[in-house]
Amino acid sequence: MRNIIRFLIILFFLSISKSFAAEDTAKFLETDWTFKGLFGKFDRASLQRGYQVYTEVCASCHSMKYLSYRNLSEKGGPEFSEAEAKAIAASFEVTDGPDSTGEMFTRPAKLSDKFVMPYANDEEAKSANGGAYPPDMSVLVKARKGGADYVYSLLLGYEDPPSGIKLDDGVYYNKYMYGNKIKMPAPLSDDLVEYSDGTKATQEQMAKDVVNFLMWSAEPHLETRHKTGFRVISYLIILTVLVYFSMKKIWSRVESKV
Amino acid sequence: MSDHEYTPSSKFGKWFNDRLPLLSLVNHLTDYPTPKNLNYWWTFGGILTFCLITQIVTGLVLAMHYIAHVDHAFSSVEHIMRDVNYGWLLRYVHANGASMFFLAVYIHIFRALFYGSYKAPREIIWIIGIIIYLLMMAAAFMGYVLPWGQMSFWGATVITNLFSAIPLVGESITTWLWGGYSVDNPTLTRFFTLHYLLPFLILGLVVLHIWALHVPGNNNPVGIDIKKPSKDTVPFHPYIVIKDAFALLMFLIIFAMFVFYSPNVLGHADNYIEANPLVTPAHIVPEWYLLPFYAILRSVPDKLMGVIAMLSAILILAALPWLDTSKIRSAVFRPLYKQFYWILVADVLILGYVGAMPAEGLYLLIARIGTIYYFAHFLIILPVLGLKEKTLPLPLSITEPVLGGSPNLAAARDKTEKIG
Repeated sequence: MRNIIRFLIILFFLSISKSFAAEDTAKFLETDWTFKGLFGKFDRASLQRGYQVYTEVCASCHSMKYLSYRNLSEKGGPEFSEAEAKAIAASFEVTDGPDSTGEMFTRPAKLSDKFVMPYANDEEAKSANGGAYPPDMSVLVKARKGGADYVYSLLLGYEDPPSGIKLDDGVYYNKYMYGNKIKMPAPLSDDLVEYSDGTKATQEQMAKDVVNFLMWSAEPHLETRHKTGFRVISYLIILTVLVYFSMKKIWSRVESKV
Repeated sequence: MSDHEYTPSSKFGKWFNDRLPLLSLVNHLTDYPTPKNLNYWWTFGGILTFCLITQIVTGLVLAMHYIAHVDHAFSSVEHIMRDVNYGWLLRYVHANGASMFFLAVYIHIFRALFYGSYKAPREIIWIIGIIIYLLMMAAAFMGYVLPWGQMSFWGATVITNLFSAIPLVGESITTWLWGGYSVDNPTLTRFFTLHYLLPFLILGLVVLHIWALHVPGNNNPVGIDIKKPSKDTVPFHPYIVIKDAFALLMFLIIFAMFVFYSPNVLGHADNYIEANPLVTPAHIVPEWYLLPFYAILRSVPDKLMGVIAMLSAILILAALPWLDTSKIRSAVFRPLYKQFYWILVADVLILGYVGAMPAEGLYLLIARIGTIYYFAHFLIILPVLGLKEKTLPLPLSITEPVLGGSPNLAAARDKTEKIG
């Protein structure tokens, strides 16, 4: 038993030290994410508002190429009704074809279509944004050290550069950005969007909502994962206890301790 | 292979066994006499077998959905994460499974180092183990390349570039490995093929590893030879099976915590950015389990010598049975070796830490001292220690109570309690 405890302690420290090593640098802003923890779930209303922020603000430059419109009505996500998701999809035009005459044509998007991209290709995206490529947002939260906290902080981290730092045209100062220089102008300002549920659209509120949405887009099965995880671990713990007593019983035959 | 004659009780069983002695094999495995004082550090062999099978099974299903092409690899992984039923679970088990596999193999290796399990007559088991470890590293490295993220691409670039350090033919070898003039589609497809192949080679070697183990039988915490079967041993089934099962379940709980609650904590965020040959990440670091060797590689100023040092750091382990001159196996009876053992453990952990840091200033100095100590441990300390060290008296059997001979209170207590 002593050895098991020792083993657990070592593993514990290993995991702790790893998670600490993951977050050095500037302290990120903190907010109460509902998706963290053993039973973490997304705040449905926040995801829906977050989609609104994404589509009205971010989507003019940032693509989300791994998401389809059907995802918006799937369980564990913003859970728009199917009719709402269809209406959202139909508000976008996609190119399809070729038809029977060999011509390409445009039609309203369907649930099965991927999110329409703001630019035709990377080069167009770059030239429209002063040479900086606006990264695809599908897995953005997982692709940044600090995850959701980092993206949330970045959205609110714009400020005037400290004296002595000169910024080129089209470059902005952000205290959470790696190197502090960012080519994206501050994207959020109070009341930039109008929430249909009456929530006041402060900068903080919009940042939180959109990061919630981005977290979901990066981990669409997070809720299932947490739920399954709790069941799996509960099952394993019960089984471990049963096996422990079986082991004790079996080993009692040889008058040996385990 | 079997220690005694076995005759199946049923007529069909006998008929079958005379033609293919599978039942004899099963009987050998269940009856296999195992020292009853094995502690929980001995359960990692079973845990590792489980890890290997988990990797093979999850890997097979992932391979059904993965596309080994530079244009599709990254998006096919996202497809697995989003659209394949329980694809997220398969991938997170497979990715974290690699880390758990290495965690278990390091405990397994350091257990062997502590109890002298590599010494005669178990040298072949040990050397097969080192080959398995090498293949594991190769498999893990190539597996890390497959998602085609930034770390995949740049990790592959750094590691394959090491071959260019070979004099005269280095550049040609690197080009040959790449299948072109940089890491590109031919590299990805061959890495996928090899990543698929290596686990089965490992599986074959695991069979040899266990076969070689079953000839002399298990070492044990006291490290003395025991008579088999005797009152010092228990049959593998049910005693060791149930104990291994218990340890495996404990291990699985920790495994599950990673998979379900922090599946990305052991990975690098940059690997969720699709590979881009035009953008180099700020710091290129390998996965945690390769960091000590990465530190050794970078601590040598010369590229070729660095590669040689890194390879030697692993290969030197194969010579360990002959470098360690002590006749006593278990560190329990080697007071000095025990201290050096823990210094080595600390040294490897420190090397791992500096391996993750930029190779400059103090970190580089620490890495150099760590590297020198690592080699000194095997090349100087162990050979000298075996000849000079004053060891403690060995008990005659593992059931014999220790009559106040051992300064190691824990060991003494273990033995009076006859820990199984």
